[in-house]
Amino acid sequence: MSIALFQAILFYVFGALALGAALVMVAQRNPTYSAFALIVTLVSLSAVFGLLGSPFIAALQIIVYAGAIMVLFLFVLMLLNVRTEVRAPGEGRVFKLVAIGFGALLVGEIGSVLVAARPALAGGFDASARQVARLLFETQYLYVFEATSILILASLVGAIALAKRDPSP
Amino acid sequence: MSLTPLQQEIAISALKVLVIFGALMSLFSGMTYIERRVLAFMQFRLGPNRTGPFGILQPVADGIKLFFKEEVIPAGANKLLFVAAPALAVVTAFLAVAVVPYGGTIHIKGRPILLQISDLEVGVLYLFAISSLGVYGIVMAGWAANNKYTLIGGLRSSAQMFSYELALGLSFVTLIMVAGSFRIRDIVDSQAGWIWHWNAIRQLPAFAVFLVAATAEVNRTPFDLPEAETELVAGFHTEYSSMRFALLQMAEYINMITASAVGANLFLGGWHFGLPGVPSSPLWFIGKMLAFLFFFIWLRGTVPRFRYDQLMHFGWKVLVPVAMAWIFVAAALVLWRQA
Repeated sequence: MSIALFQAILFYVFGALALGAALVMVAQRNPTYSAFALIVTLVSLSAVFGLLGSPFIAALQIIVYAGAIMVLFLFVLMLLNVRTEVRAPGEGRVFKLVAIGFGALLVGEIGSVLVAARPALAGGFDASARQVARLLFETQYLYVFEATSILILASLVGAIALAKRDPSP
Repeated sequence: MSLTPLQQEIAISALKVLVIFGALMSLFSGMTYIERRVLAFMQFRLGPNRTGPFGILQPVADGIKLFFKEEVIPAGANKLLFVAAPALAVVTAFLAVAVVPYGGTIHIKGRPILLQISDLEVGVLYLFAISSLGVYGIVMAGWAANNKYTLIGGLRSSAQMFSYELALGLSFVTLIMVAGSFRIRDIVDSQAGWIWHWNAIRQLPAFAVFLVAATAEVNRTPFDLPEAETELVAGFHTEYSSMRFALLQMAEYINMITASAVGANLFLGGWHFGLPGVPSSPLWFIGKMLAFLFFFIWLRGTVPRFRYDQLMHFGWKVLVPVAMAWIFVAAALVLWRQA
């Protein structure tokens, strides 16, 4: 068995794992299970990035999403001790049928777009740390990148200000 | 019998994995004994000294005991996650070791062999990613047991890891800047030569931040809030018994060994001796790693546990600003040297 074949098999295994876990996340009524399923999706995506030849993006994917954001999610879920979601009273058969109809429509649309576009194989792409840094800090995206970081800083300050609003009314 | 190049490659990698795995397992069982003995001497006790000469067979006895104990799963526990949590903790602990180098390149029959399982281009980031996944084992264990003590242990652990991971990551930034690479091997080689090339001396503030943050990351005293036995019984592993308990312990020790190995590599020059004439050797690396392990035990015998609010305060208001300030200084120095 050649290395390329082995990598192709791993690619499809992790791709399927990511999709399956994403479905579990949406379908699951226990929010903690959903969070864990989302972590599985993120880690599988990271493996896919790694197999596509970009260990840098793969590591960042885990550090930022699985390592930081999801820990906060779980922290809040556990702190509030969120129980299994109960079904809303109005959630009847009619809604389900409508939802299935729209879902089928969406799948059909995405399928038709995919068939029409026939995505070509992506060419070689250098996503090493050096290349990503060049793009972000030297040439194309410097302004956008800095603006985004200021936006995040502003929202951070805003969140703190809202949370700290005068405790004694 | 002749092997194709691919098969040879796989065979060598498998051999390296097996050797490292065996070394880690024996170091883990050795550490449980050494920790108890050293702590005992620090407290004017004898420690375990009955099983075999000097009590050296104590880990074996402990293993046999744990193996034959009953495995209890609490009735209210979430069975799936309760069983999965120790496995997850151990797997993430072992995964991190894959990128830790323990020597230069050796030649066997003219074939160069790297003393490292995988020389990843983004080694430091990988290490960081895996260690951030390690917290899920603890959180899952705390939540799944359905017990208030374990839940609080898990909560504390997630908050603590999250806070100190930031400081840990920031302490690595300057090393990456100076070495100009994410590869752990490059960072080690940037410290070759005289002893003052070591990052522990050249980048003292980063080293101080690393020491504190690494102790917090591996949940050791004075940062063992997740399992503070005086308040939380045993924290996140209160409900675990038998081999599952042993697995959680193993994960903790393996994490400590990894942290020591990383510290020895990134800050103490790895397999370089510190004098230009002396040849580099894995022996120096092992010595430095053992020194780190001793440091962790020493700390446990010396420093009392933090209070929880002190811990958060220290992490966010002391460690992170210090690390940030040092990044600015180091960046300025790097630019100045380039100019």
